[in-house]
Formats: sequence, C-alpha cells, structure tokens
Amino acid sequence: MYTINSERSSSSMRSLFDGSQDFFLMTPSPSSAAPVLRADQSVRRGPALRFLADGCSVDAFEGESVAAALFAAGRRELRRSPRDGAPRGMFCLMGSCQECLVWVGSRKLPACQVPVTPGLEIETLDFREQRLG
Amino acid sequence: MVEAQPGAVDLLVIGAGPAGARAALRAQACGLGVLLVDENPDAGGQVWRPLPPGFARAAGVQPSTEAVQGDALRAELRGAGVRCLFGHKVWNVGRSLRTDLIGPDGVCSWQPRALLVATGTTERVIPFPGWTLPGVIGLAAATVLLKSQNMLPGRRTLVAGSGPLLLAVANGILKAGGEVAAVLDLASRADWLRTLPSLAARPDLLWQGARWQLALRKAGVPLLYRHGIASAEVLGDGFRIRARQVDASGAPIASASSSDFEADALAVGHGLVPGTDVTRLLRVRHRYEASHGGWIADADAEGRTSVAGLYVAGDGAGIAGAAAAGAHGELAAVACAFDLGRLSAQDHARARDRLFAEWRRPARFGRAMAGLMALRDGAVAAIPAATVVCRCEDVTRSEIDAAARDGARDMNQLKAWTRCGMGPCQGRTCGDVAGALLAAHVGGREAAGCFTGRAPLRPVSLAEVAGDYTYADIPIPKAAPL
Repeated sequence: MYTINSERSSSSMRSLFDGSQDFFLMTPSPSSAAPVLRADQSVRRGPALRFLADGCSVDAFEGESVAAALFAAGRRELRRSPRDGAPRGMFCLMGSCQECLVWVGSRKLPACQVPVTPGLEIETLDFREQRLG
Repeated sequence: MVEAQPGAVDLLVIGAGPAGARAALRAQACGLGVLLVDENPDAGGQVWRPLPPGFARAAGVQPSTEAVQGDALRAELRGAGVRCLFGHKVWNVGRSLRTDLIGPDGVCSWQPRALLVATGTTERVIPFPGWTLPGVIGLAAATVLLKSQNMLPGRRTLVAGSGPLLLAVANGILKAGGEVAAVLDLASRADWLRTLPSLAARPDLLWQGARWQLALRKAGVPLLYRHGIASAEVLGDGFRIRARQVDASGAPIASASSSDFEADALAVGHGLVPGTDVTRLLRVRHRYEASHGGWIADADAEGRTSVAGLYVAGDGAGIAGAAAAGAHGELAAVACAFDLGRLSAQDHARARDRLFAEWRRPARFGRAMAGLMALRDGAVAAIPAATVVCRCEDVTRSEIDAAARDGARDMNQLKAWTRCGMGPCQGRTCGDVAGALLAAHVGGREAAGCFTGRAPLRPVSLAEVAGDYTYADIPIPKAAPL
C-alpha cells in the first residue's frame, strides 16, 4: 500500500506483530492508576461501572469518555500508526485528530466522543484486526 | 437504495459554540426556521463544554464563570425551543448547501436555504521529537480533560506552548490537585505586556491572569518565558522533556543551555487554527491572515462568503475569542434574515450597528490573544528532519522538504506526493504547520495555498452512507438498443 519507503513498511508490520503481545497480556486496569487522575473536588460522577476494552474489564464512571476512562486506567496507547507502527494515544480530545479511533460495534469512532454506558464494549483497531485475522 | 428527501429548513447552523448558538437564537427570533447541529452531546462548544451527562456539580462548589455562561446559553436554547441536533457530525455539504450528517441513528440530510458555519478552531501543535507519544496531549485537550471529565492529564504534567491556555491549564491542574513540572512559554514577558492595552477592556481577565501567576509562583512552578520543547523521550512511566531557550521567532538559541524536566504527561499547544473544513469543501475564496490564526474564508464584516447563502461566524471565521463570538454569530444571523427577506433594511441596519458595537471591545482583546498564539516561523524552521509532521500518515519534515525540492508547488501537490494531510483527520492537525514548511520553499503561504476540502469531513463507513437496501432497490438502466 505504501510504496514510498518499503523498508519502513516492513518495520511497521514487525512492530504491529510485536505489539500484539501487549494486547493479549493486558490485565484489567492497574488499580493503583485508577483513582489518581480523577479529580473529584468539584463534581459528583455518574454511577461506577465497568466496560470491556479488548475483552478486558475497565473501571470507569458512567458518562466519562472512553478515551479519558482508558487513560485514567493507565491504558495510554490506543493504536499503532499505519506506517511506522509507532504507539499513539488520545491527542486532541475534541473529535478532530482521529488518533483515538476505536471500534464500537460496527462503527469506528473517536474514543473521546464515546461516553461510557452500561454494557459498553469497545475494541482497539489493532486488536480487532488480529482477532479477525 | 431509496433516498429520503432531505429535510427543509431556512437556516442550518453548524456548531453550537458561542457563535453558532447565539446565531441560531437570533435567527429564530427573526422568524427563520432554524436547525442547530453539533457533534457534541450539548451546546457550548469547547469553551463552554458542559460536564458529561450523568455528572453533577458537587454541593457547595462555586461554578466557574465559563460554567455559568455555558449553562445560561444551554438554558436559553431550550427556553426558546431552538431545534437542535446534537451528536451529529457533518460529513458532507453539497453545492446547493445540502448538508449530510451522521448521528447515532445513522445518516440524515437537510436542505437549508442558508448555511452558517460556526465550527470554531482546532489546536496547532508545532512538532518536536516525541510529540506523537501517548501521554502527550494538546493544551485544549487538557482543558477538556480538566473542565469536563474532571481528570488530570498526569500526576505531574509539563505545560508548554503559547497563548492564554498555558496559564489556564497549569492552574486547572493545580486546582485539581495535580503537579505542574514547569510552564514553558514561547512568548516573552514583554509580549504579554504588549497585550495590556487590550486587556484594559477586560479587567476581570487581567485580575484572573495575575491570580494565576501568583498561584503558580506559590506552588513553586518554574515559569520559563521564551522557552520551547526540544524533545520528549520515554523515561520509565513518563517522559524526560528537554526545554530550550528560543528567540522572538521561536527559533532555538544555539548558545543557550537546555534544561531537562521529568513528568508523566505533557500538555502542549501553539495556538488555535480556524476550522475551515466546510468552506474549503465549498470552494469559498480563502485568504491567509496570520493574526487571525491562519487561513480564513474571505467574508464581509457580517460573515457573508463568496458563495451565496453561505455565512461564517465566530473563531472559525478568524480568531477573536469566545466573548466576541456571540455578537459575531448574531451579526451573521441578522444578515441572513435580511438576505432572506425576513428583516427590513432599517431593522437590519439598526441591529447590525448595535452588534458591531457589542463585538468590537471583546474582539480587540481576542485578537491580542490570537497575536500571542500566532505561528512563529523560527519554531517551524527548527522542526528536525526526521520528526513526523502528519500524524495520520507518518510523513516527516524531510519528506515534505524533499517533495518541495522535487517540485511540489502547492499543498495539494504536497498531499498527492507524500500523503501529508490525506489521513482520517483530513489535514486538520498538520495542515497549518505543513503549509508553513512548504511556504518556505515556494514563496509564502498564499503561494502554498491550503488543502482542498474533501468529503467525508469526518470518517464515515460506506455501509452507513448506503443504508439498508435490497437489490430490488437498485435502479437498473435499460440497455441501450444495439
């Protein structure tokens, strides 16, 4: 697909493959990271709940954006860039940059615009690609 | 495929921030049938972004001025019964101004008589090694995290870039109980002092700025003027961030020493860029205006563009700040009501003059802030060759320079040759900086031009656009006679 620099393309494939191990070994959110970033001085959050990210349970509060909830759970990397295979995470948080795209059912949406709701399941792009082969 | 008839409406407003929401209210008061659309779950834009649904302010907590203003605007929209379509993204606008949207329930289309684009701004970040690492976020992103999600970007965050968001974010972090490793500002203290005359119109903000500075000093946060980021690299769970002194153009001073900071998050932003996706898509005439944030649609003082029936307002039409955006939106609304024959020339002139008077003062302040956030050429020139500029397609600075040397004369050629700006963000993230890089080769920003707008403005799947249909729905043309 990328003809400009074949050397980079192959390194991208390799790092994608290496990165795959992280996904399967990912444990549920490190509980130590969870409370640290939430600042509760001035708000009452929605009800506490769990959602599934790549099959792993993530602690969150209803209404939080999926991007923020994953970030607070210590999951900063959301995908690998298409050409270099470099790690990427949420960046603009307003639906513009598309760095935090995830699968929600059959739709690819910026995680910063998806609120956490009961029963929510999301998959990162690389995870779904590997799951579906 | 059976195509649904697009809904008819007098005025469709894209963007429910201060400009778009006030425009919708005013246009409806003038008797126009209005539809206000926004991709967010409620009105307020970025500046007055509400708490997430399900969140509530804790008892006894004094709401911020921004929260009060946002709540008032949302209440006014509901009170006036303005028809709103939230959670809907505009992915295409046709020549007739037919607007195609995608929302939680799929696609829908509207055919307005007039269209007002009030899409605000996106953030510019001047690339440096490490800017694509997870944990590095925009300054505006940090405000969303703090104000809306009530979340810190990190336990210890370094705040860098330019403009008023620097102090706002650093103080938001302290208030939320986080640590700030340092604040690096490309501007000098003198740059800030030069904005004082315009700040005189807003003593409240002057006072707020002074309080923020004091709070930072009390917390022992280093505030380094004329400093930028040389690089960020992964160190344990966080980053080592190298700061260096820069000159007035943002170029690093070779003889100056650098200093290293450790932090687990980095919030960085170098100003705001007007959102021109829709007007570029409709081939409106644009011009480059550095002091207004970059490329803007060529429009008259009331927001009329070179395309009949198409208006622009607010920061997306040239940065003048949130306080000025409301009056600017209303100006476009009364212009539209006049153009559609719903307002007499006399009523229009009276409303216009009053709104101009209301707009002028806050706009002066907003323009001064836009000046602080304007792109600094020296900072762009200092981007290292191997650093990624276009995040979507991993296009480096050296690839952009190589394309320019090989003969790419404008942004669309650059895009075709390198894929810069071709990814899912449609060049919103890299376009301004890539334009500055190409401009250095081709003799300026006007010569380099900007990316031609292309649908889809937001990623949308073919399945969603096509919708449900059976083969019987596909019209098969009769074969031509042999």
